[in-house]
Amino acid sequence: MSSSKLDPTPRRPLPSQVVKDDEPLLVAAAKAGDISAFETLVGRYERKIFRLTQNITQNREDAEDAMQEAFLKAFEHLQNFEGNSRFYTWLVRIAVNQALMKLRKRRPNVVSLDEEVDTGEDMVPREVEDWGPSPADRYAQTELSGILGKVIGDLDPSFRVVFQLRDIEELSTEETAEALGLTVPAVKSRLLRARLKLRQALNQYFRRGEHQ
Amino acid sequence: MKCKTIITELADYLDEALDPLLRTQIEEHLGKCKDCRVVVDTCKQTIEIFCNSEPAPLPPSTRLKLHEALAKRLRRVRA
Repeated sequence: MSSSKLDPTPRRPLPSQVVKDDEPLLVAAAKAGDISAFETLVGRYERKIFRLTQNITQNREDAEDAMQEAFLKAFEHLQNFEGNSRFYTWLVRIAVNQALMKLRKRRPNVVSLDEEVDTGEDMVPREVEDWGPSPADRYAQTELSGILGKVIGDLDPSFRVVFQLRDIEELSTEETAEALGLTVPAVKSRLLRARLKLRQALNQYFRRGEHQ
Repeated sequence: MKCKTIITELADYLDEALDPLLRTQIEEHLGKCKDCRVVVDTCKQTIEIFCNSEPAPLPPSTRLKLHEALAKRLRRVRA
């Protein structure tokens, strides 16, 4: 492995992650009462918001309800959006709250974001097999989506939601902490746990020699 | 530096949030320790695979439900 491979490099933004130039204009138009502008914003983000609510709730009906409530709340409170962050980041925060409420209602004893996270010896990975280049390319898109959905669904909810916000929605650590009411160190420890657990879970699919 | 330190500093290393001295020490360790190199690399790939995955299209019934609820709410605003 070359040392350059280990260098953290900026991630290539996906088409859906690029802030389109017209977003501030659409938000301004929606705030002024242009309903079609708001509908355009919904169409732009509905897939990502549904993935987020689905990943958090792990329940289709709850995910649909949380997404719907998030868009309705965003519309109702659009006047409160001051433009200090991206509209999408603001929308994500609303959707996370809705999804967490659904999750807590269904599993009241399971979800506590406040619990201490043990950072003991068990974090050191036991399996250290190389994956080779572009391991995700070995799978068809639908198959890969299924794998990612399964492994993230198996994570503890308090790790899952932090990983979702920080590494999928690409909120900053501080934004993630604020959205979840956690401290920055708590976000960092959960994120580390989540990344290591997901790495471990994906190992069975991506290690060299598998699926080739 | 011990392998356990690599793990505890992994998130900040991947997020480029480490001070330069610690970063250099970690990279020196990675140059010598294959297991840690593999862990760091596969962890980085894990993040990239999730981050680069495009969300699937909404199931038609889910999309219909969402847009019906929005239309109902937005109609009230128009009225």
